[in-house]
Amino acid sequence: MNEVALNIDGVAASVPEGSTILEACRSVDKPQPTLCYLENLTPVNACRVCVVEVENNRLLVPSCSRPVEEGMVVNTDTERVRHSRKMVFEFVASSVQMDLVDEETREWMDYYGADPSRYGNPAASSLDRDSRHPGHHPIPDGSEAANVHQPIKVDNDLYVRDYSRCILCYKCVEACGEDAQNSFAIAVSGRGFDARISTEFDTPLTNSACVFCGNCIGVCPTGALMFRSEYEMRKAEIWDEDEQSVTRTICSYCAVGCNLDLHVQDNRIVKVTSPIDHSITDGHLCIKGRFGYEYVQDLGEMASTPIDIVLARARTT
Amino acid sequence: MAVLGAGGGTSSYEEIESTELIILWGSNPREAHPIFFHHLMKGVRNGAEMYTIDPRRTTSAQWADTWMGLNVGSDIVLANAVGREIIAQDLHNKEFISHSTSGFETYAARVQPYTLEYAREITGIPAEAIRQLAYDYATAKTAQLCWVLGITEHHNGTDNVLALIDLALLTGHVGRFGSGLVPIRGQNNVQGGGDMGGLPNKYPGYQDVEDPASRCKFEEAWGCELNPVDGRHISLMFDAMEEGTIRGLYVVGENPAQSEADADRIRKLLANLEFMVAQDIFLTKTAAMADVVFPAAVGWAESEGTATSSDRRVQRIRAALQPPGEAKHDHEIIAMLANAMGHDWGSPSAFEIWEELRSLSPMHYGMTYERLEELGGIQWPCPDLDHPGTPFLHSWLWEDTLPREPAPFKPVDYAPPIDPLSEDYPIRLTTGRRLDSYNTGVQSGGYQSPIRHGGVLDMAPADAARLSVGEGEVVRIASRRASIEAPVRFDSALRPGLAFMSVHHPDDADVNRLTIDAWDPQAGTAEFKATAIRVDKITV
Repeated sequence: MNEVALNIDGVAASVPEGSTILEACRSVDKPQPTLCYLENLTPVNACRVCVVEVENNRLLVPSCSRPVEEGMVVNTDTERVRHSRKMVFEFVASSVQMDLVDEETREWMDYYGADPSRYGNPAASSLDRDSRHPGHHPIPDGSEAANVHQPIKVDNDLYVRDYSRCILCYKCVEACGEDAQNSFAIAVSGRGFDARISTEFDTPLTNSACVFCGNCIGVCPTGALMFRSEYEMRKAEIWDEDEQSVTRTICSYCAVGCNLDLHVQDNRIVKVTSPIDHSITDGHLCIKGRFGYEYVQDLGEMASTPIDIVLARARTT
Repeated sequence: MAVLGAGGGTSSYEEIESTELIILWGSNPREAHPIFFHHLMKGVRNGAEMYTIDPRRTTSAQWADTWMGLNVGSDIVLANAVGREIIAQDLHNKEFISHSTSGFETYAARVQPYTLEYAREITGIPAEAIRQLAYDYATAKTAQLCWVLGITEHHNGTDNVLALIDLALLTGHVGRFGSGLVPIRGQNNVQGGGDMGGLPNKYPGYQDVEDPASRCKFEEAWGCELNPVDGRHISLMFDAMEEGTIRGLYVVGENPAQSEADADRIRKLLANLEFMVAQDIFLTKTAAMADVVFPAAVGWAESEGTATSSDRRVQRIRAALQPPGEAKHDHEIIAMLANAMGHDWGSPSAFEIWEELRSLSPMHYGMTYERLEELGGIQWPCPDLDHPGTPFLHSWLWEDTLPREPAPFKPVDYAPPIDPLSEDYPIRLTTGRRLDSYNTGVQSGGYQSPIRHGGVLDMAPADAARLSVGEGEVVRIASRRASIEAPVRFDSALRPGLAFMSVHHPDDADVNRLTIDAWDPQAGTAEFKATAIRVDKITV
């Protein structure tokens, strides 16, 4: 494969043809912030937080999807880039609950001086986000920050959807659709500030095309989509990632050989993920691999630890 | 696959992403092997054409360009007709056939009677569609021919497989990147179980029990004399129980009281045993019948070891949890038992057992724990310490000078299902899996699935209407062996005359009381896929 030479912030880089600017940046140890990008998904260019300046390009370009070109001159830390990234982070974080995003995103927000609080206190949670007609908005008076907050959706034993945390990165839609599962149970509904991720006509997941593979949860960067087990443990204040170990093993069901990362707390499996860089799963699983572990820790007669009790209670209610 | 010299799928999953033609034959990976289906869908999106050959219009078939809804058990007729048509259209790969195969003339003569017209009559598939499949398979540059239990769970399952391998030999669709034969195994380590010698006629690494040289090698390594005669596969074991030549049984991680065909007979045989030991993580229906139960640790989550997936990839399993109570690792129990019988096996670790395996099985020799870790798994054969593993098998077929005998055609003839349809039993019942469940439900029953159907009888809406049965109504389902009751679910994926039940809920709907234990003489697999039933409305 041909190598392409380019310049990033004054540093010479050389990457295989077809690589993206983001990959080139990483190759010379210049990481960039991303929200909607993930290695196992097709870039959708939704979040605009990875934008960079490319010489002789009028607009900022998304580094996650633009392929490199020979002789390209890229700048990732100009005033224009910093300002744009700061505004994106502020708009997102002023309208969405961001307290469960990863440490890296938090560090980027600090780096760019993003201050979501300057838009005012968050407005009250809304009960009609799923039925609003686009364009029908009262003009805000500026006293509080418009947001996407709405009640949590709990309509089954496996998933919780908290769209107050949704930044519309589209990752879940991609994982449910063409990039992995091909179920197409969810899509973006509505337009503009009313855009949201939804099943058809906001029907409960249990009535939708969802097959509960959990791959949407696996790619969600903000905790908007969460396994019921994690949700219930967080609610009971017993979720403790510092106490969790992660062990890689192989799924016990069919013979495809999917790698499972078992997240274990207090000798109980509390979450199952799959490594994004393994060629069998690319980070994706099916319902059995994701949730079928419970038989090793029966919540019935054997329930004994606080985790068992919390999860068993959640199940019956 | 013994035709080609090894018992494993020939291809890697990634090959289906770039192949030209995908054939799913008796396989519904969207439900039974969902992550393989992700790879398959990449292939579809990259432009592969896809055929699905299945009596049911499954959720996988919904993605196919062509669905061929053949009659249950008529696979050989279809395969032979495709072979005949390829030859008739002069599309067979003559160079490959003459260089790398033997027995073509005999094959060509044997498939002569399988005309398109005859095939249409037996399979129910239009002649034009068969002709098109023949053309597409023969002319594709690369093709992946995939099958699972829809091919093997028949009284002539081995013949079914041979008929498909013949098609690959006819067209040269094996031994190249993108072209291969892909049987996806049903269980997480059934490939590994066979690789490790868990077969009645093999030592680890597919070395023959009846070959004196390999027997000598294992006798020397183990310091004891070994039985020079092949053992019995599971179906023969039940026959031997019937004859009284087997009177004791040691069952490890298996639930035959619910998983075997003609369950009433099996349960009677198990009950009549003089002595049975069960080693399991649950008190299964089988364990409940045992005289002694050894509580075992959960292999994939509580023990160390390896598992081998369908693409022959050996990967490490690791202990994430402490086993409960007195449960012990399977290998620990076996060693303790040997010690109790007066042999000094000590208490070898999983790692020590793996090292012994490597020393005795040449195809595993290059797979140290360190390398398995580093490479994220290795595909066998991996004969030495710098061998990268083998992504696809049988590239030797394409070498200028063949290193071994050419691959033989194995022509086979059609034999209809053993349990015939009749006026009294007019509906063909076939069984299989659903996405969220697994085998007899012992494991998958442990979690709350929002998409679980339970023990229902799927029927074509037209059949139900004829019986004046509504959806959800409990009906009586009778075969020549037994009768059970279950609620009806309408499924438009079924043609009239075809019904489906999953095997997952034997406590609610004991489907294996209905199935027939006619089994394949070579593989020992029972004909779970073809039962003649009648369905009656229950009148109160």
